[in-house]
Amino acid sequence: MSIRQISVFVENKKGSLVRITDTLAKESVDLRAMSIADTQDFGILRLIVSDTDKAIDVLKKESCIVTETQVVGVRLRNEPGALATVVKVLNDNDINMEYMYAFNGATPHHAYLVLRVDDNDKVEELLLQNGIKSITEAQVSEI
Amino acid sequence: MAERYWQEEIETASREQIRQWQSERLVKTVKHVYDNVELYRKRMDEAGVKPEDIKSVDDLSKLPFTYKQDLRDAYPYGLFAVPQKDVVRLHASSGTTGKQIVVGYTKNDLDVWDDIAARQLYAVGADENDYIHVSYGYGLFTGGFGLHGGAGKIGATAIPVSSGNTERQVTILEDFGSTVLCCTPSYAMYIGETVRKRGIDPKKLPLKAGIFGAEPWTEGMRRQIEELLDIKAYDVYGLTEIMGPCVSYECSEQTGMHVNEDHFIIETINPETGEVLPYGEVGELVFTCITKECCPFIRYRTRDIGIITADKCSCGRTFVKMSKPMGRSDDMMIIRGVNVFPSQIETVLIKMGYSANYKIYVDRVNNTDTLEVHVEMNEDMFSDTVADIKANEAKLEAELRSLLGIGADVKLVAPGSIERSMGKAVRVVDKRKLIGG
Repeated sequence: MSIRQISVFVENKKGSLVRITDTLAKESVDLRAMSIADTQDFGILRLIVSDTDKAIDVLKKESCIVTETQVVGVRLRNEPGALATVVKVLNDNDINMEYMYAFNGATPHHAYLVLRVDDNDKVEELLLQNGIKSITEAQVSEI
Repeated sequence: MAERYWQEEIETASREQIRQWQSERLVKTVKHVYDNVELYRKRMDEAGVKPEDIKSVDDLSKLPFTYKQDLRDAYPYGLFAVPQKDVVRLHASSGTTGKQIVVGYTKNDLDVWDDIAARQLYAVGADENDYIHVSYGYGLFTGGFGLHGGAGKIGATAIPVSSGNTERQVTILEDFGSTVLCCTPSYAMYIGETVRKRGIDPKKLPLKAGIFGAEPWTEGMRRQIEELLDIKAYDVYGLTEIMGPCVSYECSEQTGMHVNEDHFIIETINPETGEVLPYGEVGELVFTCITKECCPFIRYRTRDIGIITADKCSCGRTFVKMSKPMGRSDDMMIIRGVNVFPSQIETVLIKMGYSANYKIYVDRVNNTDTLEVHVEMNEDMFSDTVADIKANEAKLEAELRSLLGIGADVKLVAPGSIERSMGKAVRVVDKRKLIGG
Protein backbone atom coordinates (compact mmCIF):
# COMPACT_ATOMS: atom_id res chain seq x y z
CA MET A 1 0.00 0.00 0.00
CA SER A 2 2.62 2.51 1.11
CA ILE A 3 2.20 6.25 1.26
CA ARG A 4 4.18 8.99 -0.48
CA GLN A 5 6.69 11.03 1.46
CA ILE A 6 8.73 13.90 0.08
CA SER A 7 12.15 14.84 1.42
CA VAL A 8 13.67 18.25 0.90
CA PHE A 9 17.32 19.23 1.27
CA VAL A 10 17.75 22.00 3.84
CA GLU A 11 21.07 23.76 4.04
CA ASN A 12 22.07 24.59 7.60
CA LYS A 13 21.70 28.32 7.07
CA LYS A 14 19.30 31.02 8.21
CA GLY A 15 16.27 31.28 5.97
CA SER A 16 16.52 27.83 4.34
CA LEU A 17 13.50 26.35 6.07
CA VAL A 18 11.36 29.44 5.72
CA ARG A 19 11.78 29.35 1.96
CA ILE A 20 10.34 25.85 1.86
CA THR A 21 7.46 26.37 4.28
CA ASP A 22 6.53 29.70 2.66
CA THR A 23 6.41 28.10 -0.76
CA LEU A 24 4.09 25.36 0.47
CA ALA A 25 1.92 27.84 2.36
CA LYS A 26 1.53 30.08 -0.68
CA GLU A 27 0.38 27.13 -2.75
CA SER A 28 -2.01 25.97 0.00
CA VAL A 29 -0.29 22.63 0.45
CA ASP A 30 -1.44 21.15 3.75
CA LEU A 31 1.12 19.33 5.88
CA ARG A 32 -0.09 16.07 7.43
CA ALA A 33 3.16 15.15 9.11
CA MET A 34 6.74 16.22 9.20
CA SER A 35 10.10 15.42 10.69
CA ILE A 36 13.60 16.79 10.30
CA ALA A 37 16.81 14.83 10.29
CA ASP A 38 19.67 17.11 11.06
CA THR A 39 23.41 16.86 10.78
CA GLN A 40 26.01 19.50 11.44
CA ASP A 41 25.93 20.74 7.86
CA PHE A 42 22.47 20.08 6.53
CA GLY A 43 19.01 18.78 7.30
CA ILE A 44 16.47 16.63 5.54
CA LEU A 45 12.90 17.81 5.88
CA ARG A 46 10.50 14.90 5.45
CA LEU A 47 6.87 15.63 4.75
CA ILE A 48 3.58 13.87 4.23
CA VAL A 49 1.35 16.38 2.45
CA SER A 50 -2.17 16.72 1.12
CA ASP A 51 -1.06 17.03 -2.51
CA THR A 52 2.31 15.38 -3.13
CA ASP A 53 2.55 16.12 -6.86
CA LYS A 54 1.80 19.77 -6.36
CA ALA A 55 4.27 20.05 -3.48
CA ILE A 56 7.08 18.52 -5.56
CA ASP A 57 6.25 20.76 -8.47
CA VAL A 58 6.26 24.04 -6.55
CA LEU A 59 9.37 23.16 -4.55
CA LYS A 60 11.31 22.26 -7.69
CA LYS A 61 10.28 25.56 -9.23
CA GLU A 62 11.95 27.19 -6.22
CA SER A 63 15.11 25.20 -7.07
CA CYS A 64 14.72 22.98 -4.00
CA ILE A 65 16.20 19.51 -4.11
CA VAL A 66 13.31 17.09 -3.58
CA THR A 67 13.06 13.34 -3.59
CA GLU A 68 10.04 11.09 -3.18
CA THR A 69 10.05 7.90 -1.11
CA GLN A 70 7.39 5.27 -0.47
CA VAL A 71 6.99 4.78 3.28
CA VAL A 72 4.68 2.74 5.49
CA GLY A 73 1.91 4.66 7.27
CA VAL A 74 0.34 2.94 10.26
CA ARG A 75 -2.78 3.84 12.21
CA LEU A 76 -2.70 3.10 15.94
CA ARG A 77 -5.07 3.56 18.83
CA ASN A 78 -3.91 6.62 20.75
CA GLU A 79 -3.12 4.77 23.99
CA PRO A 80 -0.09 3.65 26.03
CA GLY A 81 1.70 0.63 24.56
CA ALA A 82 0.55 1.14 20.98
CA LEU A 83 4.00 2.14 19.69
CA ALA A 84 5.62 -0.61 21.76
CA THR A 85 3.57 -3.22 19.88
CA VAL A 86 4.77 -2.01 16.50
CA VAL A 87 8.39 -1.78 17.52
CA LYS A 88 8.22 -5.27 19.04
CA VAL A 89 6.87 -6.75 15.81
CA LEU A 90 9.69 -5.17 13.83
CA ASN A 91 12.30 -6.25 16.34
CA ASP A 92 11.05 -9.83 16.55
CA ASN A 93 11.23 -10.11 12.79
CA ASP A 94 14.67 -8.49 12.45
CA ILE A 95 13.35 -5.58 10.43
CA ASN A 96 15.87 -2.78 10.15
CA MET A 97 14.30 0.67 10.36
CA GLU A 98 15.98 3.75 8.88
CA TYR A 99 13.77 6.21 10.74
CA MET A 100 10.25 6.77 12.00
CA TYR A 101 8.06 9.60 13.20
CA ALA A 102 4.57 9.93 14.61
CA PHE A 103 1.70 12.35 14.34
CA ASN A 104 -1.84 12.77 15.62
CA GLY A 105 -4.88 12.58 13.42
CA ALA A 106 -7.93 14.85 13.43
CA THR A 107 -9.64 12.70 16.04
CA PRO A 108 -8.16 12.14 19.51
CA HIS A 109 -8.57 8.36 19.26
CA HIS A 110 -5.92 7.68 16.68
CA ALA A 111 -2.25 8.33 16.19
CA TYR A 112 -0.22 7.63 13.07
CA LEU A 113 3.28 6.34 12.48
CA VAL A 114 5.50 6.74 9.45
CA LEU A 115 8.08 3.99 9.03
CA ARG A 116 10.98 3.96 6.61
CA VAL A 117 12.03 0.35 5.98
CA ASP A 118 13.51 -1.58 3.09
CA ASP A 119 10.55 -3.79 2.26
CA ASN A 120 7.25 -1.97 2.73
CA ASP A 121 5.03 -4.88 1.68
CA LYS A 122 6.68 -7.31 4.07
CA VAL A 123 6.36 -4.90 7.02
CA GLU A 124 2.73 -4.14 6.25
CA GLU A 125 2.00 -7.85 6.10
CA LEU A 126 3.76 -8.53 9.43
CA LEU A 127 1.91 -5.69 11.12
CA LEU A 128 -1.42 -6.84 9.74
CA GLN A 129 -0.78 -10.32 11.17
CA ASN A 130 -0.54 -8.55 14.53
CA GLY A 131 -3.73 -6.64 14.00
CA ILE A 132 -2.12 -3.34 13.03
CA LYS A 133 -3.50 -1.69 9.91
CA SER A 134 -1.50 0.36 7.45
CA ILE A 135 -3.04 3.26 5.62
CA THR A 136 -3.17 3.92 1.91
CA GLU A 137 -2.27 7.07 0.01
CA ALA A 138 -5.99 7.77 -0.43
CA GLN A 139 -6.47 7.64 3.33
CA VAL A 140 -3.77 10.25 3.91
CA SER A 141 -6.06 13.02 2.72
CA GLU A 142 -8.74 11.91 5.17
CA ILE A 143 -6.46 12.21 8.17
CA MET B 1 30.59 20.63 -43.34
CA ALA B 2 33.81 21.64 -45.01
CA GLU B 3 36.30 23.39 -42.75
CA ARG B 4 36.47 27.11 -43.36
CA TYR B 5 39.39 29.36 -42.58
CA TRP B 6 39.54 33.10 -42.21
CA GLN B 7 43.09 33.22 -43.61
CA GLU B 8 43.61 29.82 -45.17
CA GLU B 9 47.06 30.47 -46.66
CA ILE B 10 48.34 31.40 -43.20
CA GLU B 11 46.40 29.00 -41.00
CA THR B 12 47.38 25.99 -43.13
CA ALA B 13 50.87 27.14 -44.12
CA SER B 14 53.72 24.63 -44.12
CA ARG B 15 55.80 24.37 -40.95
CA GLU B 16 58.82 25.66 -42.88
CA GLN B 17 56.85 28.70 -43.96
CA ILE B 18 55.72 29.39 -40.39
CA ARG B 19 59.28 29.06 -39.17
CA GLN B 20 60.49 31.46 -41.77
CA TRP B 21 57.87 34.03 -40.80
CA GLN B 22 58.74 33.61 -37.17
CA SER B 23 62.46 34.08 -37.76
CA GLU B 24 62.05 37.19 -39.90
CA ARG B 25 59.56 38.76 -37.52
CA LEU B 26 61.49 37.90 -34.37
CA VAL B 27 64.64 39.55 -35.73
CA LYS B 28 62.70 42.68 -36.60
CA THR B 29 60.85 42.80 -33.25
CA VAL B 30 63.97 42.34 -31.15
CA LYS B 31 65.60 45.27 -32.94
CA HIS B 32 62.42 47.31 -32.44
CA VAL B 33 62.29 46.78 -28.67
CA TYR B 34 66.04 47.20 -28.25
CA ASP B 35 65.90 50.54 -30.01
CA ASN B 36 62.76 51.82 -28.33
CA VAL B 37 62.33 50.32 -24.85
CA GLU B 38 64.86 51.08 -22.15
CA LEU B 39 64.12 47.94 -20.13
CA TYR B 40 64.81 45.61 -23.08
CA ARG B 41 68.04 47.45 -23.95
CA LYS B 42 69.18 47.16 -20.33
CA ARG B 43 68.20 43.49 -19.94
CA MET B 44 69.80 42.45 -23.20
CA ASP B 45 72.97 44.38 -22.46
CA GLU B 46 73.16 42.73 -19.04
CA ALA B 47 72.70 39.32 -20.66
CA GLY B 48 75.32 40.16 -23.27
CA VAL B 49 72.91 39.76 -26.19
CA LYS B 50 72.83 42.20 -29.10
CA PRO B 51 69.96 42.39 -31.58
CA GLU B 52 72.41 41.12 -34.26
CA ASP B 53 72.84 37.89 -32.27
CA ILE B 54 69.22 36.99 -32.97
CA LYS B 55 69.17 35.53 -36.46
CA SER B 56 66.32 33.02 -36.27
CA VAL B 57 63.86 31.38 -33.87
CA ASP B 58 66.71 29.12 -32.76
CA ASP B 59 68.19 32.11 -30.95
CA LEU B 60 65.02 32.86 -28.98
CA SER B 61 66.28 31.21 -25.79
CA LYS B 62 69.19 33.68 -25.67
CA LEU B 63 66.73 36.45 -24.84
CA PRO B 64 65.81 37.34 -21.25
CA PHE B 65 62.28 36.75 -19.94
CA THR B 66 59.69 39.45 -19.35
CA TYR B 67 57.69 39.20 -16.12
CA LYS B 68 54.39 40.60 -14.99
CA GLN B 69 56.31 42.57 -12.37
CA ASP B 70 58.13 44.36 -15.21
CA LEU B 71 54.77 45.59 -16.48
CA ARG B 72 53.82 46.76 -13.01
CA ASP B 73 57.15 48.54 -12.55
CA ALA B 74 56.73 50.23 -15.91
CA TYR B 75 53.18 51.37 -15.10
CA PRO B 76 51.62 52.88 -17.07
CA TYR B 77 53.54 53.44 -20.34
CA GLY B 78 57.12 52.44 -19.57
CA LEU B 79 57.23 49.47 -21.97
CA PHE B 80 55.51 51.11 -24.93
CA ALA B 81 57.70 50.86 -28.01
CA VAL B 82 55.93 53.51 -30.08
CA PRO B 83 55.18 57.21 -29.48
CA GLN B 84 51.79 58.14 -28.04
CA LYS B 85 50.58 59.53 -31.37
CA ASP B 86 50.62 55.99 -32.77
CA VAL B 87 48.68 54.47 -29.85
CA VAL B 88 44.98 54.22 -30.65
CA ARG B 89 43.72 52.11 -27.73
CA LEU B 90 44.59 51.25 -24.14
CA HIS B 91 43.52 48.21 -22.16
CA ALA B 92 44.39 47.19 -18.62
CA SER B 93 44.20 44.10 -16.48
CA SER B 94 41.78 44.07 -13.60
CA GLY B 95 44.57 44.43 -11.10
CA THR B 96 43.06 41.83 -8.80
CA THR B 97 46.44 40.27 -8.08
CA GLY B 98 48.35 43.50 -7.66
CA LYS B 99 48.90 46.82 -9.37
CA GLN B 100 47.13 47.26 -12.72
CA ILE B 101 49.08 46.65 -15.86
CA VAL B 102 48.45 48.75 -18.95
CA VAL B 103 48.93 47.81 -22.59
CA GLY B 104 48.62 49.91 -25.74
CA TYR B 105 47.68 49.09 -29.32
CA THR B 106 48.51 50.74 -32.61
CA LYS B 107 46.06 50.64 -35.52
CA ASN B 108 47.95 47.71 -36.92
CA ASP B 109 47.92 45.90 -33.54
CA LEU B 110 44.13 46.18 -33.45
CA ASP B 111 43.91 44.92 -37.00
CA VAL B 112 45.95 41.84 -36.06
CA TRP B 113 43.72 41.31 -33.02
CA ASP B 114 40.59 41.50 -35.18
CA ASP B 115 42.12 38.96 -37.57
CA ILE B 116 42.94 36.41 -34.88
CA ALA B 117 39.46 36.82 -33.38
CA ALA B 118 38.06 36.34 -36.90
CA ARG B 119 40.04 33.09 -37.18
CA GLN B 120 38.45 31.90 -33.93
CA LEU B 121 34.95 32.75 -35.16
CA TYR B 122 35.48 30.97 -38.48
CA ALA B 123 36.91 27.96 -36.62
CA VAL B 124 33.65 27.54 -34.69
CA GLY B 125 31.66 27.77 -37.91
CA ALA B 126 30.58 31.41 -37.74
CA ASP B 127 30.50 33.83 -40.68
CA GLU B 128 28.63 36.93 -41.84
CA ASN B 129 25.31 35.16 -41.27
CA ASP B 130 25.82 34.94 -37.51
CA TYR B 131 24.85 36.94 -34.48
CA ILE B 132 27.79 37.14 -32.09
CA HIS B 133 26.56 37.67 -28.52
CA VAL B 134 29.47 39.06 -26.50
CA SER B 135 28.96 38.76 -22.75
CA TYR B 136 32.56 39.40 -21.82
CA GLY B 137 32.90 42.72 -20.07
CA TYR B 138 33.52 45.73 -22.28
CA GLY B 139 35.90 48.27 -20.92
CA LEU B 140 39.52 48.17 -19.95
CA PHE B 141 39.26 44.36 -19.79
CA THR B 142 40.17 42.92 -23.21
CA GLY B 143 37.43 40.29 -23.23
CA GLY B 144 34.57 42.23 -24.80
CA PHE B 145 36.44 44.14 -27.50
CA GLY B 146 38.37 41.10 -28.70
CA LEU B 147 35.50 39.02 -30.04
CA HIS B 148 33.62 42.19 -30.92
CA GLY B 149 36.42 43.18 -33.28
CA GLY B 150 36.46 39.70 -34.80
CA ALA B 151 32.73 39.83 -35.45
CA GLY B 152 33.15 43.12 -37.28
CA LYS B 153 36.02 41.70 -39.31
CA ILE B 154 34.00 38.75 -40.63
CA GLY B 155 30.90 40.86 -41.18
CA ALA B 156 28.80 39.10 -38.55
CA THR B 157 26.33 40.99 -36.39
CA ALA B 158 27.94 41.81 -33.06
CA ILE B 159 25.66 42.08 -30.04
CA PRO B 160 27.74 43.90 -27.40
CA VAL B 161 25.71 42.86 -24.36
CA SER B 162 28.72 42.95 -22.01
CA SER B 163 28.50 41.03 -18.73
CA GLY B 164 25.81 41.21 -16.09
CA ASN B 165 22.00 41.30 -15.96
CA THR B 166 21.58 37.61 -16.67
CA GLU B 167 17.82 37.77 -17.20
CA ARG B 168 18.39 40.26 -19.98
CA GLN B 169 21.13 38.06 -21.47
CA VAL B 170 18.57 35.28 -21.82
CA THR B 171 15.93 37.59 -23.28
CA ILE B 172 18.47 38.72 -25.87
CA LEU B 173 19.45 35.12 -26.66
CA GLU B 174 15.80 34.45 -27.38
CA ASP B 175 14.68 37.67 -29.05
CA PHE B 176 17.80 38.71 -30.99
CA GLY B 177 18.54 35.16 -32.08
CA SER B 178 22.17 35.00 -30.92
CA THR B 179 24.01 32.13 -32.62
CA VAL B 180 27.42 32.34 -30.92
CA LEU B 181 27.84 33.17 -27.23
CA CYS B 182 31.15 34.56 -25.96
CA CYS B 183 31.81 34.77 -22.21
CA THR B 184 33.65 33.10 -19.35
CA PRO B 185 32.75 29.41 -18.87
CA SER B 186 31.38 30.07 -15.39
CA TYR B 187 29.08 32.74 -16.79
CA ALA B 188 28.00 30.38 -19.57
CA MET B 189 26.93 27.92 -16.86
CA TYR B 190 24.95 30.64 -15.13
CA ILE B 191 23.28 31.74 -18.36
CA GLY B 192 22.52 28.08 -19.13
CA GLU B 193 20.94 27.56 -15.71
CA THR B 194 18.88 30.72 -16.19
CA VAL B 195 17.68 29.52 -19.61
CA ARG B 196 16.55 26.26 -18.01
CA LYS B 197 14.98 28.02 -15.05
CA ARG B 198 12.92 30.17 -17.36
CA GLY B 199 11.60 26.96 -18.91
CA ILE B 200 13.16 27.70 -22.30
CA ASP B 201 14.03 24.65 -24.38
CA PRO B 202 17.63 25.28 -25.51
CA LYS B 203 16.99 23.20 -28.63
CA LYS B 204 14.59 25.90 -29.77
CA LEU B 205 17.20 28.65 -29.43
CA PRO B 206 19.26 29.44 -32.57
CA LEU B 207 22.42 29.36 -30.41
CA LYS B 208 24.88 26.83 -31.86
CA ALA B 209 28.30 27.56 -30.41
CA GLY B 210 30.05 29.22 -27.51
CA ILE B 211 33.54 30.67 -27.23
CA PHE B 212 34.56 30.49 -23.60
CA GLY B 213 37.78 31.51 -21.94
CA ALA B 214 39.57 33.92 -19.61
CA GLU B 215 39.55 31.46 -16.72
CA PRO B 216 40.55 27.84 -16.21
CA TRP B 217 37.86 25.23 -16.81
CA THR B 218 37.72 21.49 -17.27
CA GLU B 219 36.49 19.08 -19.94
CA GLY B 220 33.70 18.08 -17.55
CA MET B 221 32.51 21.64 -17.33
CA ARG B 222 32.60 21.84 -21.12
CA ARG B 223 30.20 18.90 -21.32
CA GLN B 224 27.89 20.42 -18.72
CA ILE B 225 27.70 23.68 -20.68
CA GLU B 226 27.20 21.87 -23.99
CA GLU B 227 24.29 19.98 -22.50
CA LEU B 228 22.74 22.93 -20.67
CA LEU B 229 22.69 25.14 -23.76
CA ASP B 230 22.66 22.44 -26.47
CA ILE B 231 25.70 23.93 -28.21
CA LYS B 232 29.30 23.12 -29.01
CA ALA B 233 31.54 24.83 -26.48
CA TYR B 234 34.96 26.00 -27.68
CA ASP B 235 37.92 27.06 -25.66
CA VAL B 236 39.78 30.29 -26.35
CA TYR B 237 42.97 31.54 -24.77
CA GLY B 238 44.45 34.94 -24.41
CA LEU B 239 45.84 37.43 -22.00
CA THR B 240 45.96 41.19 -21.88
CA GLU B 241 49.74 41.26 -21.87
CA ILE B 242 49.98 39.44 -25.20
CA MET B 243 46.85 40.76 -26.96
CA GLY B 244 43.63 39.71 -25.26
CA PRO B 245 41.39 36.77 -26.20
CA CYS B 246 42.24 34.65 -29.27
CA VAL B 247 46.01 34.39 -28.86
CA SER B 248 45.14 30.76 -29.42
CA TYR B 249 41.86 29.31 -30.62
CA GLU B 250 40.08 26.00 -30.70
CA CYS B 251 38.86 24.28 -33.86
CA SER B 252 36.23 21.61 -34.57
CA GLU B 253 38.49 18.87 -33.18
CA GLN B 254 38.21 20.39 -29.68
CA THR B 255 41.52 18.95 -28.51
CA GLY B 256 43.46 22.08 -27.70
CA MET B 257 43.93 25.55 -29.06
CA HIS B 258 45.94 26.49 -32.15
CA VAL B 259 48.44 29.20 -31.35
CA ASN B 260 48.50 32.04 -33.88
CA GLU B 261 52.13 31.34 -34.60
CA ASP B 262 52.46 33.96 -37.30
CA HIS B 263 52.01 36.55 -34.53
CA PHE B 264 53.23 34.81 -31.39
CA ILE B 265 55.92 32.28 -30.60
CA ILE B 266 54.99 29.90 -27.81
CA GLU B 267 57.41 28.01 -25.60
CA THR B 268 57.01 25.85 -22.50
CA ILE B 269 59.66 26.20 -19.86
CA ASN B 270 60.53 24.74 -16.51
CA PRO B 271 59.27 27.51 -14.21
CA GLU B 272 62.03 26.88 -11.68
CA THR B 273 65.04 26.86 -13.99
CA GLY B 274 63.78 28.70 -17.07
CA GLU B 275 64.97 25.83 -19.24
CA VAL B 276 63.02 25.35 -22.49
CA LEU B 277 61.06 22.09 -22.59
CA PRO B 278 60.32 19.93 -25.62
CA TYR B 279 56.78 19.77 -27.00
CA GLY B 280 54.59 17.38 -25.02
CA GLU B 281 56.01 18.26 -21.62
CA VAL B 282 54.11 20.18 -18.97
CA GLY B 283 55.54 23.58 -18.23
CA GLU B 284 54.90 27.28 -17.93
CA LEU B 285 53.67 28.85 -21.16
CA VAL B 286 55.85 31.67 -22.47
CA PHE B 287 54.88 33.93 -25.39
CA THR B 288 56.86 36.23 -27.61
CA CYS B 289 54.99 38.78 -29.73
CA ILE B 290 56.54 39.10 -33.18
CA THR B 291 54.20 41.43 -35.03
CA LYS B 292 53.01 43.79 -32.35
CA GLU B 293 54.15 47.40 -32.52
CA CYS B 294 53.18 49.01 -29.20
CA CYS B 295 53.74 46.23 -26.63
CA PRO B 296 55.71 43.42 -28.25
CA PHE B 297 56.72 41.59 -25.09
CA ILE B 298 59.54 39.13 -25.47
CA ARG B 299 59.39 35.74 -23.74
CA TYR B 300 56.57 36.81 -21.47
CA ARG B 301 56.07 34.47 -18.51
CA THR B 302 52.32 33.81 -18.35
CA ARG B 303 52.36 31.74 -15.12
CA ASP B 304 49.91 29.44 -16.95
CA ILE B 305 50.81 25.76 -16.86
CA GLY B 306 50.16 23.78 -20.06
CA ILE B 307 51.47 21.52 -22.81
CA ILE B 308 52.25 22.23 -26.48
CA THR B 309 51.51 19.56 -29.07
CA ALA B 310 52.47 19.55 -32.73
CA ASP B 311 50.32 16.62 -33.87
CA LYS B 312 48.56 16.91 -37.21
CA CYS B 313 45.07 18.30 -36.65
CA SER B 314 42.01 17.04 -38.49
CA CYS B 315 40.92 20.62 -39.15
CA GLY B 316 43.88 21.18 -41.46
CA ARG B 317 45.42 24.01 -39.47
CA THR B 318 49.16 23.67 -39.06
CA PHE B 319 49.72 25.89 -36.03
CA VAL B 320 50.83 23.98 -32.93
CA LYS B 321 48.24 23.49 -30.24
CA MET B 322 48.37 24.29 -26.56
CA SER B 323 46.34 22.41 -23.98
CA LYS B 324 43.78 24.10 -21.85
CA PRO B 325 45.92 25.62 -19.08
CA MET B 326 45.87 23.21 -16.16
CA GLY B 327 46.00 26.11 -13.82
CA ARG B 328 48.01 29.21 -13.19
CA SER B 329 51.02 28.98 -11.03
CA ASP B 330 49.30 32.01 -9.39
CA ASP B 331 46.18 29.89 -8.68
CA MET B 332 48.16 27.11 -7.17
CA MET B 333 47.48 26.69 -3.49
CA ILE B 334 50.05 25.15 -1.23
CA ILE B 335 48.12 23.29 1.43
CA ARG B 336 50.03 21.36 4.05
CA GLY B 337 52.97 21.47 1.66
CA VAL B 338 51.02 19.94 -1.24
CA ASN B 339 50.39 21.80 -4.51
CA VAL B 340 46.67 21.97 -5.26
CA PHE B 341 44.97 23.52 -8.29
CA PRO B 342 41.26 24.38 -8.23
CA SER B 343 40.93 22.60 -11.59
CA GLN B 344 41.88 19.29 -9.93
CA ILE B 345 39.04 19.69 -7.48
CA GLU B 346 36.65 20.59 -10.31
CA THR B 347 37.64 17.45 -12.21
CA VAL B 348 36.77 15.27 -9.23
CA LEU B 349 33.45 17.03 -8.60
CA ILE B 350 32.28 16.56 -12.17
CA LYS B 351 33.48 12.96 -12.30
CA MET B 352 31.47 12.23 -9.16
CA GLY B 353 28.30 13.79 -10.52
CA TYR B 354 28.35 17.20 -8.85
CA SER B 355 28.01 20.57 -10.52
CA ALA B 356 30.95 22.76 -11.47
CA ASN B 357 29.70 25.44 -9.10
CA TYR B 358 31.92 25.16 -6.08
CA LYS B 359 33.99 27.20 -3.72
CA ILE B 360 37.19 26.33 -1.95
CA TYR B 361 38.00 27.67 1.50
CA VAL B 362 41.50 27.42 2.82
CA ASP B 363 42.26 28.34 6.40
CA ARG B 364 44.76 27.70 9.12
CA VAL B 365 43.58 26.27 12.42
CA ASN B 366 46.08 25.50 15.17
CA ASN B 367 48.92 25.93 12.69
CA THR B 368 47.47 23.34 10.32
CA ASP B 369 46.06 24.20 6.91
CA THR B 370 42.46 23.22 6.35
CA LEU B 371 40.73 22.70 3.02
CA GLU B 372 36.97 22.88 2.76
CA VAL B 373 35.07 22.47 -0.48
CA HIS B 374 31.52 23.76 -0.74
CA VAL B 375 29.52 21.83 -3.29
CA GLU B 376 25.94 22.28 -4.37
CA MET B 377 23.62 19.38 -3.58
CA ASN B 378 21.78 17.98 -6.58
CA GLU B 379 18.96 15.52 -7.09
CA ASP B 380 21.17 12.55 -7.94
CA MET B 381 23.15 12.89 -4.74
CA PHE B 382 20.18 13.56 -2.49
CA SER B 383 18.32 10.93 -0.52
CA ASP B 384 15.75 10.81 2.28
CA THR B 385 18.27 9.20 4.62
CA VAL B 386 21.26 10.82 6.24
CA ALA B 387 23.25 7.62 5.82
CA ASP B 388 22.99 7.70 2.01
CA ILE B 389 23.98 11.35 1.77
CA LYS B 390 26.88 10.83 4.15
CA ALA B 391 28.01 7.85 2.08
CA ASN B 392 28.04 10.00 -1.08
CA GLU B 393 29.92 12.69 0.77
CA ALA B 394 32.47 10.17 2.04
CA LYS B 395 32.97 8.83 -1.50
CA LEU B 396 33.65 12.35 -2.74
CA GLU B 397 36.07 13.02 0.11
CA ALA B 398 37.91 9.78 -0.59
CA GLU B 399 38.21 10.65 -4.28
CA LEU B 400 39.52 14.13 -3.45
CA ARG B 401 42.02 12.69 -1.04
CA SER B 402 43.30 10.19 -3.56
CA LEU B 403 43.71 12.80 -6.31
CA LEU B 404 45.05 15.70 -4.24
CA GLY B 405 47.08 13.73 -1.77
CA ILE B 406 45.54 15.62 1.14
CA GLY B 407 42.18 15.48 2.84
CA ALA B 408 39.38 17.93 2.13
CA ASP B 409 36.15 18.51 4.03
CA VAL B 410 33.12 18.56 1.80
CA LYS B 411 30.19 20.75 2.75
CA LEU B 412 26.97 20.27 0.82
CA VAL B 413 25.07 23.50 0.28
CA ALA B 414 21.75 24.40 -1.31
CA PRO B 415 21.53 24.56 -5.10
CA GLY B 416 22.09 28.06 -6.41
CA SER B 417 23.60 29.20 -3.13
CA ILE B 418 27.14 29.54 -4.43
CA GLU B 419 27.31 32.95 -6.06
CA ARG B 420 27.34 32.88 -9.85
CA SER B 421 30.02 34.84 -11.58
CA MET B 422 29.40 37.14 -14.51
CA GLY B 423 33.09 37.36 -15.27
CA LYS B 424 35.98 35.40 -13.88
CA ALA B 425 34.70 33.15 -11.10
CA VAL B 426 36.35 33.45 -7.72
CA ARG B 427 36.83 29.82 -6.70
CA VAL B 428 39.16 30.15 -3.77
CA VAL B 429 38.90 31.99 -0.49
CA ASP B 430 42.24 31.72 1.23
CA LYS B 431 41.73 33.01 4.74
CA ARG B 432 45.37 32.36 5.59
CA LYS B 433 46.29 35.38 3.50
CA LEU B 434 44.04 37.59 5.61
CA ILE B 435 45.99 36.75 8.73
CA GLY B 436 49.27 38.58 8.95
CA GLY B 437 49.43 38.98 5.14
